[in-house]
Amino acid sequence: MDAILLQILNGLDKGSAYALIALGLTLIFGTLGVVNFAHGALFMIGAFCTVTFNNLLSFKRVTLSDTELSPWGTPLEIQVPYVELWFGEFGATMIDYSVFWSILFAIPVMLLVGIVMERGLIKHFYKRPHADQILVTFGLAIVLQEVIKSVYGANPIPQPAPEAFVGSIDVGALVGMAENAVIYPIWRLVYFLFAGVVIGGIFAFLRYTTFGMVVRAGMADRETVGLLGINIDKRFTAMFGLASVVTGLAGVMYTPILSPNYHMGMDFLVLCFVVVVVGGMGSLTGAVAAGFLLGILQSFASMPEVKDFLFGFSIDQVIIYLVAVIILLTRPRGLMGRKGVMET
Amino acid sequence: MSNYYLNRRKFLQGSAVLGAGLVAPTIFSRAASAYTNEPGKGSVVLGFNVPQSGPYADEGADELRAYKLAVKHLNGEGDGGMLNTFSSQMLKGTGILGRKVEYVTGDTQTKSDAARASARAMIEKDGAIMITGGSSSGVAVAVQSLCQDAGVIFMAGLTHSNDTTGKDKKANGFRHFFNAYMSAAALAPVLSQHYGNDRKAYHLTADYTWGWTQEQSMIAATEELGWETVNAVRTPLSATDFSSYIAPVTNSGADVLVLNHYGSNMVNSLTNAVQFGLRDKMVNGKQFEIVVPLYSRLMARGAGDNVKGIFGSTNWHWSLQDEGSKAFVASYGKEYGQPPSQAAHTCYVQTLLYADAAERAGSFNPCAIVEALEGFEFDGLGNGKTLYRADDHQCFKDVLVVRGKENPTSEFDLLEVVNVTSADKVTYDPNHPMFAGGSLGKCNPGV
Repeated sequence: MDAILLQILNGLDKGSAYALIALGLTLIFGTLGVVNFAHGALFMIGAFCTVTFNNLLSFKRVTLSDTELSPWGTPLEIQVPYVELWFGEFGATMIDYSVFWSILFAIPVMLLVGIVMERGLIKHFYKRPHADQILVTFGLAIVLQEVIKSVYGANPIPQPAPEAFVGSIDVGALVGMAENAVIYPIWRLVYFLFAGVVIGGIFAFLRYTTFGMVVRAGMADRETVGLLGINIDKRFTAMFGLASVVTGLAGVMYTPILSPNYHMGMDFLVLCFVVVVVGGMGSLTGAVAAGFLLGILQSFASMPEVKDFLFGFSIDQVIIYLVAVIILLTRPRGLMGRKGVMET
Repeated sequence: MSNYYLNRRKFLQGSAVLGAGLVAPTIFSRAASAYTNEPGKGSVVLGFNVPQSGPYADEGADELRAYKLAVKHLNGEGDGGMLNTFSSQMLKGTGILGRKVEYVTGDTQTKSDAARASARAMIEKDGAIMITGGSSSGVAVAVQSLCQDAGVIFMAGLTHSNDTTGKDKKANGFRHFFNAYMSAAALAPVLSQHYGNDRKAYHLTADYTWGWTQEQSMIAATEELGWETVNAVRTPLSATDFSSYIAPVTNSGADVLVLNHYGSNMVNSLTNAVQFGLRDKMVNGKQFEIVVPLYSRLMARGAGDNVKGIFGSTNWHWSLQDEGSKAFVASYGKEYGQPPSQAAHTCYVQTLLYADAAERAGSFNPCAIVEALEGFEFDGLGNGKTLYRADDHQCFKDVLVVRGKENPTSEFDLLEVVNVTSADKVTYDPNHPMFAGGSLGKCNPGV
């Protein structure tokens, strides 16, 4: 039982990342009808917002020691962050909590990146075939990836979680199980809660605001909304920006789990497309549900018991694709796909 | 009108001239190029093939820095580094055999096919006479095989799989770095001393040649202590989040987790393991422990505080106090403002060893280099007296057991050497089952 609970938690945590990225992907596809292969790059840019903000916050004053020497015989460099120098203990705490501060930094950056991406390139491909959109956005993803690589290098850059959120808690004891039966990392629970808040916020925004209602109407029938005198294009551009922010924030908060590296976007991209297809193209609820479902299945597939049951054959790397095949064979539009989306 | 009659005399004369004309260039070209990429009188090109991207990119960057420093020293620039402490004393800072050393670089991307493609380009387009580098055994094995076929020398960089000088050994390939068997042989007594002989181990293993032989070596060494192996799970090299693999460990009944991972794989798996509270766990009445058989300072930096107190082995460490190590650390530190990693050390040493072999042989001919390196004993390059064994082209030297430092004084001071296992304790028979199945074959000079 404890092993099952642990894998469910683990799956929810993986699923949180899948769901957030797939949600952004579906927002773009549902509103603009664009298959955005540069979407993984938005996740990566979000993660590098944390790196950039952390670097800015940790910018150091370097002095040379008069007395101590480095192991290679030169005067030892003493590095003190300016923030710590100016604000003392408060400055050190600010650096410690840089992941949270990065959210505030990433929101305008991602909004800008999204709007520039949409207005500067993608809008010219609205009426072009999906194959063209895929080619151009995939090319854009590679360009963005190489830009990040040239600026930050190829190596992963560790971003620690704030001290208060490091370590793990006994989830099992909280739900009445034996002590130490289910120990789970605190930051992964934070990530899961964060994903819940963001997903809830997006759904509430689309459901309860006038802007959201117009966007939903536009998603259902763009022409009619346009005939009512509403500039739906501007709202869709805003939605592209919003989708970029959602995906970017997924990257920001993921940095203590996985050290940011320049190809992390590509690592997630294919998985998230599978999530979107399984959920049903254009369905926001489907994307979120499929994200969590596939995350949990992937976690269970890596259990040794599953491997033993399958005579030693490991399916943890292929489970997502197996499930996708089965679902698409039985429900060609995915779990919650709408009629007419990506269909001729 | 004139008639031309071909008589026997004219036919023989014509045939002789034609024959001489056809044979002459072959004779000249044979004399000019007795082996692949025989260098001219001005310079010699070495090929540095390192991972500049992928999970081992950290090591690759440090390897490249070391190679550039070695070239500098070979060409008589800088302070000379280990040229001054190397027991051979054949290298005088005048290049190799009077030729200036030049180099070309390639990105292996930590992928065998990409590594072979870049090595091939360096041999065929740039005229590299020796290829060196790598941070993955899969890559090393693939490139070593290519060099054997092409007729150039391969001086392996960081490669730790038993297979590199075991079943996949080649006459044109040489390895200074230690291997998985040596790590396990050095670690086992230390693990026994600190954790006892009644332990249950769970292995997570990178799914390629290095991981397999590391797992095999660790299981053999620890089971000999009396440890039980609960499970050994293979993880893909491309994996980034290991939480799905770590979660089952907590309920497996194991009280030791052995991470047969390297590079960013190890950074992520160790971080995941610590995040999941494994280090705070008590299992079977014992404190749960994690072991990382192959350590490096670069990985330790990536893993941060998570390495504290964790045992592993390493080929070399910058805190060693022998004259060679001190000279290298001083030289590298002044050049780059940081101490070298074990990957940097082994690559620097391999370059010097190649240059020295060429000097001693008086030739760049791969077969002459092979002859000069086989059975060569040297000192002054760190790790004490070292032998390049003729049977398998594997170096035998002291192995370091290290532990993550509890109170590091700087970002470089992350590992402490807890034991230096002497070379004789980690030496094995060339026909040991873990190394069986291959043959060196004959050296190939190429053209």
